[in-house]
Amino acid sequence: MSVKTEDVIQFVIHESRLLDECKYEEWLNLFLDEGVYWMPLDFGQTEEKLTTSLLYEDKLLLKTRVLRYANERTYSQIPKSRCQHLLQVPTVDFMDAKANDFRVYTPFHYVEHRGDETQNFDGWMRHALKIKEGELKIKQKRVDLINCDAPHHNIQLFI
Amino acid sequence: MSYKENPASVLDLVTEDEAHRDVYIDQDVYQLEIKHLFRNTWIYVGHASQIPKKGDFFTTTIGDQPVIMVKHSDDTVKVLENRCAHKGTKLVTETHGNTGKTFQCPYHAWTYRTDGSLLGIPVKNEYKPANLERSCAQKGLTALTNVHVYRDFVFARLSENGISFEDYFGDALSSIDNMVDRSPEGRLEIVGNPLRYMNHCNWKMLVENQTDSFHPMIVHFSSAGTVKRMWEEMQPYAGPTPMVVECIVPFAQDYDFYKGMGIRIWKNGHGHTGVNFSIHSDYTEASGYFELMIKAYGETRAKAILDENRHNTIYFPNIMVKGPIQTLRVFKPLAADRTLVESWIFRLVGAPDMLLERTAMYNRLINAPTSIVGHDDTEVYERAQEGLKCHGNKWMNFQREFFEPEGNSPVEEYSGHTEAQMRNQFRAWKTFMHTVNPDAGADL
Repeated sequence: MSVKTEDVIQFVIHESRLLDECKYEEWLNLFLDEGVYWMPLDFGQTEEKLTTSLLYEDKLLLKTRVLRYANERTYSQIPKSRCQHLLQVPTVDFMDAKANDFRVYTPFHYVEHRGDETQNFDGWMRHALKIKEGELKIKQKRVDLINCDAPHHNIQLFI
Repeated sequence: MSYKENPASVLDLVTEDEAHRDVYIDQDVYQLEIKHLFRNTWIYVGHASQIPKKGDFFTTTIGDQPVIMVKHSDDTVKVLENRCAHKGTKLVTETHGNTGKTFQCPYHAWTYRTDGSLLGIPVKNEYKPANLERSCAQKGLTALTNVHVYRDFVFARLSENGISFEDYFGDALSSIDNMVDRSPEGRLEIVGNPLRYMNHCNWKMLVENQTDSFHPMIVHFSSAGTVKRMWEEMQPYAGPTPMVVECIVPFAQDYDFYKGMGIRIWKNGHGHTGVNFSIHSDYTEASGYFELMIKAYGETRAKAILDENRHNTIYFPNIMVKGPIQTLRVFKPLAADRTLVESWIFRLVGAPDMLLERTAMYNRLINAPTSIVGHDDTEVYERAQEGLKCHGNKWMNFQREFFEPEGNSPVEEYSGHTEAQMRNQFRAWKTFMHTVNPDAGADL
């Protein structure tokens, strides 16, 4: 498969859209088995495992979240949250088809709404992608919030 | 008459096993707590590992007031009020850093030594010496006189007079001891910044929940129960149990498990779950760790330290520590219906990194504003904060397993299902709201 810049950009846009449309099973399938979703706690954080993050989740945990959303006894999702991603056009920062390494940078505005509460978040996401069996997949999705270290109320859905 | 006009009336809001809703929702009661409870008790400030070098500082709050914890030039820890003696400007706005030998105010450049004493006022000859002499400003930054550092944990009591550190905590300090002893070098280091989780509820709901062994199997069914089911479906599984499974699945244990854990209470509102065993008992051993512990302590003592698997220890009023997973949570009251929870982690100095990795994982899995365990906890607290607005029934109930008088001995042990620790906290609440406190005013 030969990947064009436009394919990579469309992949990232599609990924957010699946979240906004609650197509979680499809969304999970975008991750490699060893894929990771990371949301650091600190601005410019480089350490992944030996310090606290907001999220650092492998596929087992991501799947747990997805199954939990559907559970009838998930009290914090009664009523359910809704979300909307507003993305800036993704920039492909690095692309090496031979090394099977694609990096994308995407600033975003994100709204999460539940009951009478609407929360707004801003930041940027960095996707590290790989082709597996002819399809782009996520090796790592890193989400940096501009206010990562601020006190937050519940952030319940995937940014 | 309001609680402000008649502060002593708040003492009637708490019986031996029930609490009136105003204890949770009334802003005047909250302010009386800040004025009295958070003055009369020993409040956690920070950890000495945050300020290893002279001039290092960490800023935080005690009750509602900003303070600076700083390493002074003589290597002692000072806790100073974070306001310029001149016009009240907050001196330090960063959470941590190094100030060198002095603090300087950005407004009129008054400078202070790191023990708070006044070093200099620009163009001082424009002040009449006798006037300055009788002023508060001349005394410099107010340094708290009652500061106690216990195994690097820094506590302070705001009131000039009151219960001593030793009398206040007594044997409850054994939980801090166990956490520190788990380091082969007998030393902890704070790692990174804390998770900061805003909860729209009263601070006591969070504190009470730490020893509520009757909620996990219900509240956390959707998170821990889901991992448990997935894990069962993954059997037979080749390889070691994933760390995440070890951390989260025990939250789905049944009533009997939590009953068997047991609860121990100490005087002055302290207590812990996990007397006999806990959700932390079955963690995989880190390779080489036990050998390091034996080398440091000898086999018998090393085994005793690691066999102690206490769950949550409350140091009343507002912190909780977990020895076996090296975390500390601070429940900071901001208003009657607003609490900021800070969750910190420690490195066991000299122990394998795998333990820190597990601690960091536990913290984000359980304590983060993004945690699927935390979400359901916060949900039930906030529903309670809303529900308490109902006018018919005005009481919170703490009667589970209350069969005999409690709190008459320095230490008591009960089954894990009891709400004895909540009753214990409210006995302490009454004591320290009631204590005559001359420097807080004569109104309670």
